[in-house]
Amino acid sequence: MDQNLDPVVTTEALTKRYGDRLAVDGVSMTVQRGEVYGFLGPNGAGKTTTLRMMLGLIRPTSGSATILGRPSDKPHGSTSVGALIEGPGFYPYLSGRGNLRVLARQRGFDETEVERVLERVDLVDRGEDRFKGYSLGMKQRLGVAAALMGNPELIILDEPTNGLDPAGMADMRALIVELARGGQTVLLSSHLLAEVQEICHRVGVINGGRLLRESTVADLRGGISLRVRATPEADALAVAMRLAGDDGVRRTDDGALLLSLSPDRAPDVVRALVTAGADVHEITAAERSLEEVFFEMTSSTTTAKEHVS
Amino acid sequence: MSTTTTTARPAPTGLLTATLHSTRAELMRLRAWPAVWITLGAWLALSLMFGYLFTYLSYTSGDPGFADEGTTQAEQLARMLPDAVPDVFLQGMPMFGGALMMVLGALVAGNGYGWGTWKTLFSQGVRRGPAVIGSVTALTVIVVGTLVVTLGFDLGISLVITASESQDVVMPSFGSVAEAFGAGFLVLEMWAVLGFALGTVARGPALSVGLGLVWALVVENLLRGVGQLLGWVENLTEVLPGTSAGSLIGSIVGVESGDGTPGVLDTVPADRAAITVAVYIVLAMLLSLALVRRRDVT
Repeated sequence: MDQNLDPVVTTEALTKRYGDRLAVDGVSMTVQRGEVYGFLGPNGAGKTTTLRMMLGLIRPTSGSATILGRPSDKPHGSTSVGALIEGPGFYPYLSGRGNLRVLARQRGFDETEVERVLERVDLVDRGEDRFKGYSLGMKQRLGVAAALMGNPELIILDEPTNGLDPAGMADMRALIVELARGGQTVLLSSHLLAEVQEICHRVGVINGGRLLRESTVADLRGGISLRVRATPEADALAVAMRLAGDDGVRRTDDGALLLSLSPDRAPDVVRALVTAGADVHEITAAERSLEEVFFEMTSSTTTAKEHVS
Repeated sequence: MSTTTTTARPAPTGLLTATLHSTRAELMRLRAWPAVWITLGAWLALSLMFGYLFTYLSYTSGDPGFADEGTTQAEQLARMLPDAVPDVFLQGMPMFGGALMMVLGALVAGNGYGWGTWKTLFSQGVRRGPAVIGSVTALTVIVVGTLVVTLGFDLGISLVITASESQDVVMPSFGSVAEAFGAGFLVLEMWAVLGFALGTVARGPALSVGLGLVWALVVENLLRGVGQLLGWVENLTEVLPGTSAGSLIGSIVGVESGDGTPGVLDTVPADRAAITVAVYIVLAMLLSLALVRRRDVT
């Protein structure tokens, strides 16, 4: 990302309240041109509601969103945004191709555009089948096809891999990477961390309506640490805390210790453990997965318990 | 496949162009929708059945028909000849014609919420105003098409009857056909757009069709009954859609004393009825437009 000063989407303190429930609470995020931005959060975290406000489908209670320089409550009527929000919505009695043709007419596109996007999502063979008879994955792909029509600058995809089989998911990921390579900006919401980790440049983590963090995937994962498994655990822990500091040690679920030390300190750690009379079963350089970071962030109560004190 | 974004993009389209796009798109999808053809087919079938079939059966059997009690055979024949086409064309509209058009309007507007197709449109940057106006315009095109086809069928059938009964062909005057067409358009368009507004309010066809039909077929009739007892209710019924539409049709086809065609009335003078109907058309459009432009679409 060398064009980091060209935001495509910005939201400022975007808030949506339903009754006394805050669905989205002061979300301020920025999506830069050309990046794949992962919008990450568990079900019901407020991802879809935020995206809806960005697209002007619903009105924010307060705050504002700007897409491609235009306030989102003033629909642009241009061809520069494509979106798939919370499942594909199409006419069940029309074929997949028929549905896209109707959309193409609505937006003033050429019919060739329909064939291009059908090919893109691999639906050409089933294009003449009625939408009603499509599998969940095919419906989802048709929704993505609709979002791709007209080569929009910004593509917003809300859980695009929903209902896809593993092969379909892989295809979808490849498609998104390819889109970004071609210069299009993709804003992608997901609860699948592996997916985001693999294809996104930056992520925003949302939970309970609040944006917890926004950063690059690498920053979020916090670099590489040392993973140690040694017995007796109490001795190992004491040594680990002496070397990495009290806050530099975390205990994983499987009983291993994660030390925030660079991997080249491994020999020191082993030496210290052996000197202290502990048996070293395993020592390896470990990078935290996004999943670990994510659970740490979204469940702050369990995180506190996991910290060995 | 190239994904470059350097291609020149069309500038945001003007309102008129956008509306035209939406109208064409709506016509394309409505044309392929079986529900539309079923509704229109029902109208045509009912209209021909009550307009010609029953009259013809009663005419050929020589018995006075159930709807034509006390009419002579000559009167029955006269009703089926081309000269009478404008009346036959109109007589079914206040009741089942209007009801069916309301169903159509509610389907066109309401189903898009359940299917998520409005959401799909609006999230791709299609503006709401042109989309709604385009949808109503497509509905209007269908109404006009229905009128033309119905008139064609009525004329064709009456010509066949004229020939088979060896009568002289006396075509209706252009003026009377134009008048019938205009009145028919106002009435069917009003019900269709009211149905569209109801479907928009309810975000679905089921509730809106149900309530709308109860209103059009039951409540207004009841209110007219009450109106004979209470003056203020009578004043109210005079501005209601069913009464106005019925009066507009009644002013052209004439209202028989006693039990005439259901829904055909002479409650309100023709010009006032026409204005009321036109006002309903405009109000229903504005209501739909205002609602869709302001609401949250999920």
